[in-house]
Amino acid sequence: MEKKPKNFGYSVTRDRQIDFDANNHDICKIVTKAEPTLNLCISCGSCAATCTAGQFTDFSLRQVILLLRRGETKDLDKEVSKCMLCGKCQLVCPRNVSTRNLVIQISKALCDNRMSAS
Amino acid sequence: MTFDLFVLPFFIGLLFLLGVLVVKYSRWIAMMDASDRVKAGMALFSFSLLKTIKEIFMESLLHRRMFKRNPLLGFMHMSFALGWLLLIVMGNLESRVYSGGHINPPYYPIFLKFFIHDKRVLPFEIFTLPGFFRFIMDLILLFVLSGLVLALFKRTRSKWFGLKRTTVHNSFDKWAITSLWLIFPMRLLAESFTAGIYKGGGFLTNTLGSFFNLIFPLEYLAYPAWWAYSFMLGIFFVTLPWSRFMHIPTEVILIFLRNAGIEQGKYPGSFSEIEINSCPRCGVCIDVCQMNQAGLTGSTAVYFIRSLRDQQTDVQLNSNCMMCGRCLEACPVGIDTLGLRVGARRVDNKGIISDFSYLMKQPLIKKKTEVVYFAGCMGHLTPGVKRAMLQIFEKAGIGYTFLDEDGSICCGRPLKLAGMQEAALKLVSENTVKIKNTGAKILVTSCPICYKVFNNDYKLEGITVMHHSVFIDNLVKEGKLILRPSALKAVYHDPCELGRGSGIYEQPRNVLKQIAEVSDVAEERANSLCCGGSIGDLAMNAIQRNVIRDNALNILCQSRPDVLVTACPLCKKTFDSGNTIVVKDIAELVADNMEPNKLQLHAAELIDQQCVIS
Repeated sequence: MEKKPKNFGYSVTRDRQIDFDANNHDICKIVTKAEPTLNLCISCGSCAATCTAGQFTDFSLRQVILLLRRGETKDLDKEVSKCMLCGKCQLVCPRNVSTRNLVIQISKALCDNRMSAS
Repeated sequence: MTFDLFVLPFFIGLLFLLGVLVVKYSRWIAMMDASDRVKAGMALFSFSLLKTIKEIFMESLLHRRMFKRNPLLGFMHMSFALGWLLLIVMGNLESRVYSGGHINPPYYPIFLKFFIHDKRVLPFEIFTLPGFFRFIMDLILLFVLSGLVLALFKRTRSKWFGLKRTTVHNSFDKWAITSLWLIFPMRLLAESFTAGIYKGGGFLTNTLGSFFNLIFPLEYLAYPAWWAYSFMLGIFFVTLPWSRFMHIPTEVILIFLRNAGIEQGKYPGSFSEIEINSCPRCGVCIDVCQMNQAGLTGSTAVYFIRSLRDQQTDVQLNSNCMMCGRCLEACPVGIDTLGLRVGARRVDNKGIISDFSYLMKQPLIKKKTEVVYFAGCMGHLTPGVKRAMLQIFEKAGIGYTFLDEDGSICCGRPLKLAGMQEAALKLVSENTVKIKNTGAKILVTSCPICYKVFNNDYKLEGITVMHHSVFIDNLVKEGKLILRPSALKAVYHDPCELGRGSGIYEQPRNVLKQIAEVSDVAEERANSLCCGGSIGDLAMNAIQRNVIRDNALNILCQSRPDVLVTACPLCKKTFDSGNTIVVKDIAELVADNMEPNKLQLHAAELIDQQCVIS
């Protein structure tokens, strides 16, 4: 009988490499052109802290921006679609990023991208 | 003689215009929803038609709203509209009298003075005044020409007309307006020349004709002048359907449909098309638009509507509007500029997906009370307002449920304003379930944005939606809340969504007057300024917003008040960031200045008595 390996509650996190070359960097460029204030973002996370949707689900604009900048846009539209556009993040943003328009522009760019792919 | 070649430019132009109008009107009727068509048909045979006729007379001819704005501006528009109509009507009557009651070809009354230069007293005129028609026609022409002189002055002295900035017209409109302006001087010249030759005409044409006869060879000039007159009419009619003057035949339809109870509905649709075509590009909306202060001059309602009509919509242009409604308030035609803007945004943001399935898992609140309080997203961002409201509830002894204590679901208005109607409806239904579940009779909200959408888009049967300023006002009137006067000097800022959006001006002022000395502001009530923080705008950056905010603050603080009071958490937040004055929500001010009410006083007395007894 083969002995089952004992689970000590530890696991090995698989190495997560981000292949920048394989990622889609176009979306970020399109969005930055449409909403240049994206460049002001310092990823402080104020937006995520105040987020209305963030109180109900694990939505974070900070993460969205991070993924966008990395070019990891595969599941991004699912993330962005959680935003209610209430505008709280825009009021708390210390860098005055136009976050509402940013969300719209990300959604639009992803939508266009999907259209052109299909 | 009842025909001459020179009438052709006019006649062809007129036929062309009528043809185009028939095509346009039938397209609009075809585009209309069946239910709207029924409504319009019913309105043709109901009393609302009388109302429509009255409104057409007051607005399209007399230009009442224009008069209200500026008398000179009103007179200018009236002289053109009413004057021209009178010229047509009286000219027709005159030609009828001459032709013994026969119906004449349409050009005949227009060029009557060319065909008939009679100085006899007409049979009809014996009973009134000799030379009645000659006199009245000259008088009306003078009336129209006075408007023309004003219009010319308006080009350089627009401030006399109450307009700081005027519309920058495109070249096509300039052609149309030039031909319109030349019609009446040409008529004057043609009639004067003819009157000079035949010694006819009324007080104006006769005098001018006799004068011209001294210096010009009129027999050579009269005929070309009639040609020129006819040409100007022709050019005007041909350019009309594609120029701003399309508003003349369209505004009448708009008034009729509006009185028939038809609303904008879907976009683009028949009603929105009619609204777009009704815009006369008068430019009244330009001065009131605060976007100009931020240098965003291109997105004013007049240019936005022009872009829709020319089908040159631009995302930036559609997004750049705070939706404050000042243009809507100022518009003499009453075009729903905000509705059109939302419609255009709906087209822009069509493909965006929204997924709020995560909201489904939220537990419902079990507490049941009469009053339910909804702070809203912005209410949560200004904890002072929230806290003040809870204090007020406690003080007045109102049992309440704090619906969104653990975080609110957005009311949906921001999404709606961004043109994402379907997404907004998801939030609406989500919130409706939550609100109805509480079994409340009164829904109190701190945020005017939520208030407006609760009132307009939610179906909350049996539940009265109240903004907290109204709720507090009621408490004070019922004696449940007693306010303590203070020595504060205050000004009140009307939030766009509460004032213009929902028509609540007096209640917050009633409350405020009991606490502080309220001074008037230059731009208040329906003319109130937007704070600049609006969620209606999508494209403006923070610097532009700050310019608008600071300008608004300057105007609000002219009387040097101690405190700037508003009734919107977003306005409060925005003005606060200006760092010029203490900004308070009306609820905060009330919470700071509450006296114990009668019941509580009574209770306190009882305790005192018991203390004495024991």
